[in-house]
Amino acid sequence: MATTDAIAALQERFPELHFEARPLVVYADGRASDQLWVRVPVERLLEVMGFLYDDPRTRFEQLSDLTAVDYLNYPGATDRFAVIYALLSLTHNHRLWVKVFVNDPDPTVPSVTSIWRGAEWPEREVYDMFGIRFTDHPDLRRILMPQNFTDHPLRKDYPLTGKGEREAFEVVTRESA
Amino acid sequence: MPISYDLGLKPTTLEPVEGEEDRWILNFGPQHPATHTTLRLVLELEGERIVRCTPDIGFLHSGFEKLGEHLDYNQYVVVVERMNYVCPVSNDIAWHMACEKLFGIDVTPRCKALRTILAELGRMQDHLLNIGVSGLDLGGFTAFLYGFNEREIIYDLIEALSGGRFHPSYTRVGGLAQDAPPGWTDRVLDFVRNRIPPALRDIESLLLRNRIFIERTRGLGVISHDDAINWSLTGPVARASGVRRDLRKDEPYLCYADNWDGRGAPAVQFKVPIATGGDVYSRFLVRLEEIRQSCSIIEQVIAMMPEGPVNVEAERRLTLPNKEEIYFSIEGLIHHFEKIMNNRGFRPPLGEAYAANETANGELGYYLVSDGGKAPYRARCRPPSFINYQVFPKLVVGHQISDIPAVLNSLNIIAAELDR
Repeated sequence: MATTDAIAALQERFPELHFEARPLVVYADGRASDQLWVRVPVERLLEVMGFLYDDPRTRFEQLSDLTAVDYLNYPGATDRFAVIYALLSLTHNHRLWVKVFVNDPDPTVPSVTSIWRGAEWPEREVYDMFGIRFTDHPDLRRILMPQNFTDHPLRKDYPLTGKGEREAFEVVTRESA
Repeated sequence: MPISYDLGLKPTTLEPVEGEEDRWILNFGPQHPATHTTLRLVLELEGERIVRCTPDIGFLHSGFEKLGEHLDYNQYVVVVERMNYVCPVSNDIAWHMACEKLFGIDVTPRCKALRTILAELGRMQDHLLNIGVSGLDLGGFTAFLYGFNEREIIYDLIEALSGGRFHPSYTRVGGLAQDAPPGWTDRVLDFVRNRIPPALRDIESLLLRNRIFIERTRGLGVISHDDAINWSLTGPVARASGVRRDLRKDEPYLCYADNWDGRGAPAVQFKVPIATGGDVYSRFLVRLEEIRQSCSIIEQVIAMMPEGPVNVEAERRLTLPNKEEIYFSIEGLIHHFEKIMNNRGFRPPLGEAYAANETANGELGYYLVSDGGKAPYRARCRPPSFINYQVFPKLVVGHQISDIPAVLNSLNIIAAELDR
């Protein structure tokens, strides 16, 4: 069963959301990639994800990956952040990418840890790197950066060389330790 | 504002837990020989038994994904192979597969064959270390040396191919850095026929009939089939829990797909080992069998090794020209400059692409976002170590401190990939 069947099931269940399957990339010669994505409004995310997990036609048992992209200054982008869910169905052997768009200030997305427990650390990573908060997450702390770090390094307005944190590390001497 | 690492407790001291008479907290790592690399665990213990385990990661975080947004599609390969440094070639191949998916390139048959051999050598490299360390972590040093001996040969083979021993940086967009030297495939054949089988027999006879090894790994760190799927586990860890999934079979690529050379070559034949125990012992068995299957895959690929170029045709200006063209023809030199100069470079389509490989650790994928510029707009890595490690605290609860290294190794956590 191809991903298009899963999207057809999605369109049938949520006609009011007008789902449109788009290829991730269209090449210069007009060919489109076989990888498809759909845009889901953030208010309906959990409902749609629950359907994608449960329905026998979609049956996305595994959240293969969860990440985010900061579309600041991206050509043609209207929203700043996208949280991208890479879903994988082991039963039907198909994949679907679901994108949720959120904006400043205070980008917030409901956590999908209640559906896929494997989302726990990837969501923490997205929070750490992009500052997108996940509501109802069991343990939303920074995961890679120090707990008292204030910025979100993978945001596009954060410079590659940092904002001087490297020079500001606390020096621990034998006496102060 | 100064930044400090608030460790939350003083290292090397044992602190009683408030309200619980017999419980105490132990700080395990980040510098501890049994954690292999820089990992920190905060353990709440009852005697020797683990009641709660909180991993604290990020010590090796070096901003690889941020770097990927500033290096072009060929330069970044040097960085990706430092993620999982136990099998660097697998990272190279996965990264450039994602790039080629984004550019819409189909690589040449000879390139596919060489990459398949390398992917399997990478898998063997990783598994040989892993099964060797399974013994080492439980106190048996010899199996580790048997495994490492053969890894040395793989290093030699990779050095002969690319010039780099540990970090080959061998792949390029649309091809490889150079073709294999004459006689290289014979060396590989000799390795898989004459070196690996006796080494595996040695390791097996040391561990698989060893009562201490079996009793300490059976029933340890069990994860069920459904949990493995729900926790996003992939690779040998998932297959040891009975999950039937291998990207080489389910989403075939390279020589694992039928008709890979465009002239009807059959896909390589191999079996995917599945175990149902879901414990450390099952993961050991799955990895052991995967090495044997890798040997068979390599033999098959070498038997049908196609001739021809390793890079996609030069007219499309997608790959770097080979050195001979650069040094001896003006067109080659211009082409080379077109690719490497700061205001030129790659012109990918506007869009996104994902490609994943079945590496030794599981599904290693790259999600690329391109804004049409010479470097990716976002280069996300789906790191199997990171995703597999989140299940670790659940696996060790109820076991003893000395079981931690065994579970840690069975998940094959590589901290550089974990923290990136």
